[in-house]
Amino acid sequence: MAKTAVQEFTKGLWAEIPPFRLVLGLCPVLAVTKSVENGIGMGIATTFVLVCSNILISMLRNIIPKRVRIACYIVVIATFVTVVELVMQAYAYPLFLKLGIFIPLIVVNCIVLGRAEAFAAKNSVLPAFADGLGIGVGFTLSLTALSIVREVLGNGTFYEIPVFGPSFEPFSFMVQAPGAFVCLGLMLCVMNILGKK
Amino acid sequence: MREMIKLFLVIVVFSALSGGVLAAIQNATQEKIEYQQLKFVKGPVINKILDGSTNNPITDRFKVMDDGEEVTVFVGMFDGDPNVVAFESFGKGYGGEIGTIVAANLNTDKIVGVGVTTHSETPGVGSRAKTDPSFTQQFEGIPIQDPVKVKADGGEIDAVSGATISSRGVCGAVVQWGEQYERIKDHIQDKLKAFKK
Repeated sequence: MAKTAVQEFTKGLWAEIPPFRLVLGLCPVLAVTKSVENGIGMGIATTFVLVCSNILISMLRNIIPKRVRIACYIVVIATFVTVVELVMQAYAYPLFLKLGIFIPLIVVNCIVLGRAEAFAAKNSVLPAFADGLGIGVGFTLSLTALSIVREVLGNGTFYEIPVFGPSFEPFSFMVQAPGAFVCLGLMLCVMNILGKK
Repeated sequence: MREMIKLFLVIVVFSALSGGVLAAIQNATQEKIEYQQLKFVKGPVINKILDGSTNNPITDRFKVMDDGEEVTVFVGMFDGDPNVVAFESFGKGYGGEIGTIVAANLNTDKIVGVGVTTHSETPGVGSRAKTDPSFTQQFEGIPIQDPVKVKADGGEIDAVSGATISSRGVCGAVVQWGEQYERIKDHIQDKLKAFKK
């Protein structure tokens, strides 16, 4: 029995939420979650690429020859990523400056290619769209959660607004690279405990 | 053999379509992106270091060639005379290049102001080279020929605490700026004649 589009969407929010259940695409997760704004921005950019590439690859799944499918997927994904990059530069330049290299790196984000290969290439357009949106929204939620923890502890702010009094000494370890690993590890651990039945 | 040709054709068509789409979007967003770069990256810095000028330095700009490289020079009018020029230079920081705009007075050959535009220094540590005015203020009034250095290297500049490499990067950018200034000063003065009324 094929799942409905709604089920395809909701599985990305919990059962297969990246990067906690679908442990992929960790590089941008670790790197951009220094602030909530970056986390959300990166999540939205990735969601856009995921949805568009899933739709297009699903539409073209009978045209793309099996032997060169990865090359074709990469061309499709890279096109959408460049679109995101240009549009972000034109309309959200401050965000683009903060995310910098991680926007072009969405091309090699395993989640995007993974969904194309594992889902969009085998399903019709509607479920592929729902899958892309679900995984994308799930990814955005995870990035937001992780960046909230890191920004609040590491910088004492939430979305650039100070949450503690001026006497708060930021725990700046959290906004640096090791803090990202520790924080992600702890969150993964919590998710695993919650997911245990 | 026939299959090879088919695979080849598919990839070529994909890439060509992708290239076409991207060229169109690039064309559509190009002007907007240039404007955003001026507004968000250079604009605030230039307005700060040329504070008090009677013109708008963002609109009063021109391009000068230096070794086949285009340099955008911004002009500041003080006392009714276009005697201050600013342009960008780069120094090597801790996390990559630090873009630094330096403004100098053409009559006295002294630095009027220094401001950091783009950088990828550690937030809260090296990034203070951009945000802490007491660091950049130290450069004001220094003659351009002076080899500016941080105190750790035997110079006069107090480094941002904990961020000697970032501070060194800014000093490097200022020194490089001075060298470039000497090379293009004559061109700048030619162009400036148009501003004198």
